[in-house]
Amino acid sequence: MTTEAAESVGAAGVAPAADAGFVQRYGASIEYILIPAAALIGALAVFGGFIALYGKNPLDLYFYMYYGAFGTAFSWQNTLTRAAPLILTALCTALPAQLGMVIIGGEGALLIGALSATSAALALQGAAPIVVQIAMVIAGMIGGGLWITLSGGLRQYRGVNETISSLLLVYIALAILNHLVEGPMRDPASLNKPSTREIGAANMIGSIPGTDVHWGLVFGLVAAVAAYILIYHTTFGFAARVAGGNIRAAKIVGLSVGKLILTVCFLAGSCAGLAGMIEVAAVQGRTNANLAAGYGFTGILVAFLARQNPLAIIPVAILLGGISASGGLLQRRLGLPDASVLVLQGIIFVFVLASDALYGRIGFPRGKS
Amino acid sequence: MADASLGLWTVPLAVFGGAIRVSTPFLFVSLGECITERSGRINLGLEGTLVMGAMSAYGISYLSGSPWLGVLAAGITGALFGALHAGICSLPRVNDIAVGIALMLLGTGLAFFLGKPLIEPTAARLPAIDFGWWSDIPQVRAALRINVLFLIGVAIAPLLYWAFRSTRWGLLIRTAGESADAARAMGHSVLLIRLRATMVGGFLAGIGGSFLSLFYPGSWNEGLSSGQGITAVALVIFARWDPMLCLWASLAFGGAAALGPALQSVGITSGYHLFNAAPYILTLAIMIITCSPKRTLTGAPAELSITR
Repeated sequence: MTTEAAESVGAAGVAPAADAGFVQRYGASIEYILIPAAALIGALAVFGGFIALYGKNPLDLYFYMYYGAFGTAFSWQNTLTRAAPLILTALCTALPAQLGMVIIGGEGALLIGALSATSAALALQGAAPIVVQIAMVIAGMIGGGLWITLSGGLRQYRGVNETISSLLLVYIALAILNHLVEGPMRDPASLNKPSTREIGAANMIGSIPGTDVHWGLVFGLVAAVAAYILIYHTTFGFAARVAGGNIRAAKIVGLSVGKLILTVCFLAGSCAGLAGMIEVAAVQGRTNANLAAGYGFTGILVAFLARQNPLAIIPVAILLGGISASGGLLQRRLGLPDASVLVLQGIIFVFVLASDALYGRIGFPRGKS
Repeated sequence: MADASLGLWTVPLAVFGGAIRVSTPFLFVSLGECITERSGRINLGLEGTLVMGAMSAYGISYLSGSPWLGVLAAGITGALFGALHAGICSLPRVNDIAVGIALMLLGTGLAFFLGKPLIEPTAARLPAIDFGWWSDIPQVRAALRINVLFLIGVAIAPLLYWAFRSTRWGLLIRTAGESADAARAMGHSVLLIRLRATMVGGFLAGIGGSFLSLFYPGSWNEGLSSGQGITAVALVIFARWDPMLCLWASLAFGGAAALGPALQSVGITSGYHLFNAAPYILTLAIMIITCSPKRTLTGAPAELSITR
């Protein structure tokens, strides 16, 4: 289980002995950078081989991937724009992982968050933009939060496996979204692409001055740092990690595990809901099926690649955002199908999980723990 | 004129026909997953396997002209994915649920990538047997056009039930699932047993996918499977790892999934998407009713990570 990840992340923080040499001191921490990096390189190599079989030059592939992701100011902006929702959906998996839960329903919480935020904006038409925006943030976070709390509650009070229930809830959320945008909430003017009415240009959250990157990135960065502080520097986070490590011990010392699970799930879902709100208020301007773009699923990969550490999620989300940003260029220049990004993500995921077997085996002496 | 006289009876009839038609992928995936989970491992990646199976069946059927070769190709693809899952899971400290999620994403991605050129062409489809020859009502005939794969699936369920109870092979799988130590003490390799169980499970799930692309709905596109694989995995849990219960549950699910299109055919279109979500809502509802936080589920293999 991911409890292992949570435990070992915790162990890395306390392991080194004071008199040890550099490698001994930081050996375990080096592993957490070196092994995922090796997994990433391995995955890129396999993907290059796959593309070579498809009849394209892998070197071209790597060049265009780099160029499309980080090569120009434009591609950086594209990358960062995509990283913003990824940070938030990754938190939706990483926060419950501290409790040993595997939640993979970020996509559902994102959709419900987007719907809630849009509803709030449509209900408050005519109010000052700042009021509408605050209401959208709150509605999106509550909507997404409750959606994941549902999975957490089912696990706590009914023993329903949270991985499966959260994934089922993705499909239910998608059905609700389709039902609403084609029925009760449909803007009669949207003919080919059923959508809700627009939230209004004045209520959009706009870009960070001097760039084309929207404010959603700041939301994501703040959320990731806040999650890091919450988990590693508060009593609440400590309690959550104790419960994730050993649930029986947590009960014996008197932690109310149920409350922990519900709170963490609510926070996790509210992150994904915030991602939905951002997609509406910064990109789409309305709710429609475009929102189900897979950010929720890529977020799972980001969380695992970052080993469920909220701070590590930031660079990993930028990396994965870059990969998806380069998809368009790969399509245009190399004639690769748009699904090639999905294939690469899948290969990376497999490599990252397989590399879990390497920890503690590559010859770094570990400190006494 | 039989058409008009049927009236609202079309709905239960279409649900019945749908139960048979739509249930087949659920049936194959759940039987496959049943074998895998009995051996003590959960493969959440069968959603990806299902889509890969659908794509490869369609591709091979298109290239060779033989849908049965397509079914075989889907099975082999599924078995390879099963082998990949089992191979990664046999490494130390690797979590089977996470590997399943990864393979779900990899399988769908790979199928969309390789299946891109297959959206246009039409492949040879699987034949159906006409059990409705005695009726002249077209809806009855449509409901009773039954695919051979469905019959094979129905036959596999009792066979599997028997195999788990009374064959050496079934006992080995159950031993690996109940106590890996016991299997090891008997001198068997748990990893090898699980590898085989996951490959057979993947084989069946792949065949379930071939039904999607070669019979119903009967074409390849990227929206072909939306969660049928994961629903079938959940279905195994409340079927209590019993192949016969998997059969009945699959039929119930097929019926639920056919509800949306059936209602649409009689002109009830509002809430179409909500009715389409019926299988997921049903799964969740049944899991809520049958699970309990206080005890492990009866019949659950003791080595299974989701029930521990």
